Amino acid sequence: MTTVASGRSSIGKWIGDHLIMGIGLLVLLYMFTPIFIVVLMSFNDPASRIGYSFDGFTLHNWLNPCEPNGMCDAVVLSVQIGLAATLGATFLGTLMAFALVRHRFRGRAVANVFTFLPMASPEIVMGSSLLALFVTAGFAGVLGFWTILVAHIMFCLSFVVVTVKARLAGLDPRLEQAAMDLYANEWQTFRRVTLPLVFPGILAAALLSFSLSFDDFIITNLNSGQAVTFPMYVWGANQRGIPPQINVIGTAMFLIALITVLAGELGRRRRG
Amino acid sequence: MTDTSPRTTGPGAGEAVGAASGNAVAGGADLVLTGVTKRFTDFVAVDNLDLTVPQGSFFALLGPSGCGKTTTLRMVAGLETPTEGEIRLAGQDITHLKPYRRPVNTVFQSYALFPHLTIFENVAFGLRRQGKPDVDAAVAAMLDLVELSDLASRRPAQLSGGQQQRVALARALINRPQVLLLDEPLGALDLKLRRQMQIELKRIQTDVGITFVHVTHDQEEAMTMADTVAVMNRGVIEQMGAPMDLYEHPMTTFVANFLGQSNLIGGRVLGSDGADLEVEVHGTRLRVPRSRGAQDTGEVWVGIRPEKVQVCAPGSADDGPRSRLAGGVITDASFIGVSTQYLARMPWGQELMAFEQNTGAHEQFRVGDHVELRWVPEHTFLLDADQDANAGVERVDEG
Repeated sequence: MTTVASGRSSIGKWIGDHLIMGIGLLVLLYMFTPIFIVVLMSFNDPASRIGYSFDGFTLHNWLNPCEPNGMCDAVVLSVQIGLAATLGATFLGTLMAFALVRHRFRGRAVANVFTFLPMASPEIVMGSSLLALFVTAGFAGVLGFWTILVAHIMFCLSFVVVTVKARLAGLDPRLEQAAMDLYANEWQTFRRVTLPLVFPGILAAALLSFSLSFDDFIITNLNSGQAVTFPMYVWGANQRGIPPQINVIGTAMFLIALITVLAGELGRRRRG
Repeated sequence: MTDTSPRTTGPGAGEAVGAASGNAVAGGADLVLTGVTKRFTDFVAVDNLDLTVPQGSFFALLGPSGCGKTTTLRMVAGLETPTEGEIRLAGQDITHLKPYRRPVNTVFQSYALFPHLTIFENVAFGLRRQGKPDVDAAVAAMLDLVELSDLASRRPAQLSGGQQQRVALARALINRPQVLLLDEPLGALDLKLRRQMQIELKRIQTDVGITFVHVTHDQEEAMTMADTVAVMNRGVIEQMGAPMDLYEHPMTTFVANFLGQSNLIGGRVLGSDGADLEVEVHGTRLRVPRSRGAQDTGEVWVGIRPEKVQVCAPGSADDGPRSRLAGGVITDASFIGVSTQYLARMPWGQELMAFEQNTGAHEQFRVGDHVELRWVPEHTFLLDADQDANAGVERVDEG
C-alpha cells in the first residue's frame, strides 16, 4: 500500500516538475510567436508589394525606416498624442483615484461605478457616440489632433483610476499618520511618504495609458478627420500591401517596452 | 457606574512616580486631560475623561479592545480631535494642534515603518522634517542604543518583528518628545520576545526619562512595566494607581476580574465592630477590615484572590486568624507545575478558585475531596453588589 502511494506521489511529483513546466513553455511560445514574426519580418526583403512571406534577409528596412510615404509622420503623430494623452489621463486619473479612496462624499459609490463604464462599453459604440458629440458641438470641421486627444484621455482615464486606486487602497493610512506624527506637514507627508509609495501605481497607469493610446484604432478612426495615426496608417497600408518598415516600428516599440520593464525591475531590485 | 474618581491614585502610585521622575521638575511637563470626550456617529469612545500623567512616569492605559484606550492615545497624538474637553501638555493647550506641531511621538501598533526608506532614513525622518543639524550622528547614536547599527542600510521588510519594533521605538525616541505614546507596541511579538522587550522598554524609559504612555490590553504587561496603571472600560477610567495597589485594592468588579482573577461571593454587611465589618456570606459570618471595603453597608460582593485561598482539610489547625468557608467539594484539580489550581463547589452551588503553590508544604487534594477554604481576613475585599460580578472576565487573550 505504502509503495503504491509513494509511487503515485512520485508520479505526481514528476508531473508537477515537468509537465506543468512544459505547458508553461508552450503557453509562452504561443504568446511570443506573433512578436517573433514581427521581428523576423522587419528584416524581410519582400519580392512583391504584398509582403506576407519571408523572401530574404536585409537590413534595408532598419536603415531606411521612413521610406514608406507618410509612415513616419503617422508614428510622430501617434507618439505626440500618446504622450499628451498619458500626461492628461494620468494627472486627472490620479486625482480622481485619491478623491475616490481618501474622501467620503455623496455619490462616491456611484462615481466608482461610473469610472468602470467606459472600460465596459464597446469601443465602436463609444467612438461613434463621440463623433456624434463632436459634430453636434460644432467641431465637425476641426476633427484631428485635438479631438483624438480628448477621446484618448477619456478612455485612458478609467484605466488610470482603477490602477492608482488599487495601489492607494493597499496603502496603510497609518504610514501617513506616522509621517505626520514625525513632524511632516501635509505637503511633506504627501511628498515623502504618499507619493513614493503610490508612484509605482502611477507609473504603471502611465505606461498603460500610452500603450492604449498608441494602439487605438477604432475610436481614433472615427474621430480623426484628416489626421492619420500609426494604427490608421497600417490599416490603410494593408489595403495596398504592408511595407516591411511597419515591422521595424513594431519591433522598436516592443524593444522600448521591454527595456522599460527591465529597467523598472532592475531599479526595484536594487532598492531592495 | 461607580463613584470612583479617576483621579484617585493610591498611595503607592505617588511614590513610584516620584522615583521615576528623578530630577525632573515636579509638575513641569505633566500631560493633563480634562473632561475629554470623543463621540463617533454611533457610540461614545471616550466619556468625559480626566487624567493626569506626571512628567517622566511610565503610565499604562489598560483595558479590553474597544474600551477607548487607543482613541485616548490618538487624541494625545493629534490623530483624532476630541469632541469635548481639553488636552494640555506642560501647561500648553494642545487639543487642536496638528500632529506635527506636538512634542509627542508615537510607536504605532504594527509599527507603520516607511517601507520605501532604509532603517537609517526611517529613524532620521523626524529630525530631517524638523530641519535639525547633525542628523547622521544622532541617528547613528540612536541605532546604537537599540542595537541595530548593522542594519542601518536595510529596509523594514528585511527585519524581524523584534527588530522592526526597535526601529519604531528609535524612530520616535530620537526626537526626544515630551511624551512617547506606545500603542500596543509588543502585541505582534511572540511571548518570549515580548518579555525581553518589556524589560528593554522599561530600561530605555528609565535611561531617557521621557514620559511614556503605554496602551495595552495585557494586564501582565501593564503591571510589570508601568509606574501607574489606569484601567479603562467603556470609555471611562475604572481605577488608577500603582500596579500593586490596583491588584490588592480593586474598587470595581471589572478591575477585580480584568487585573488577575477574583472569587466574588454574594454577601451582606451586618454591621461593624471597631475596625472590622461583619459580613454574612451564605450563612457564614466573616470579618473584613473596614479599609478593605469599597462599600460598607448592605449587599456586597465579597472578593478574594484565588492565590490567597488555602485549601484545607475540614477541621485542620490554623497558624493564625483565618476567614473560613466550609463545605466545599473539589470539582477540579489542575496541576500546572509551579502551582495547582483547584475548583471547589460550595454548598450554595458556586465554584470558587484556589491556586496553591507547589511548595510541598500543603496537602494535595483530589476531585471529590471535602475541603474548607481559608484565607487571611486582611486579603478580603468588598465591592458594590450592584455591579456585574462577571465584568471584565472575558478577557481577549491575543497573545
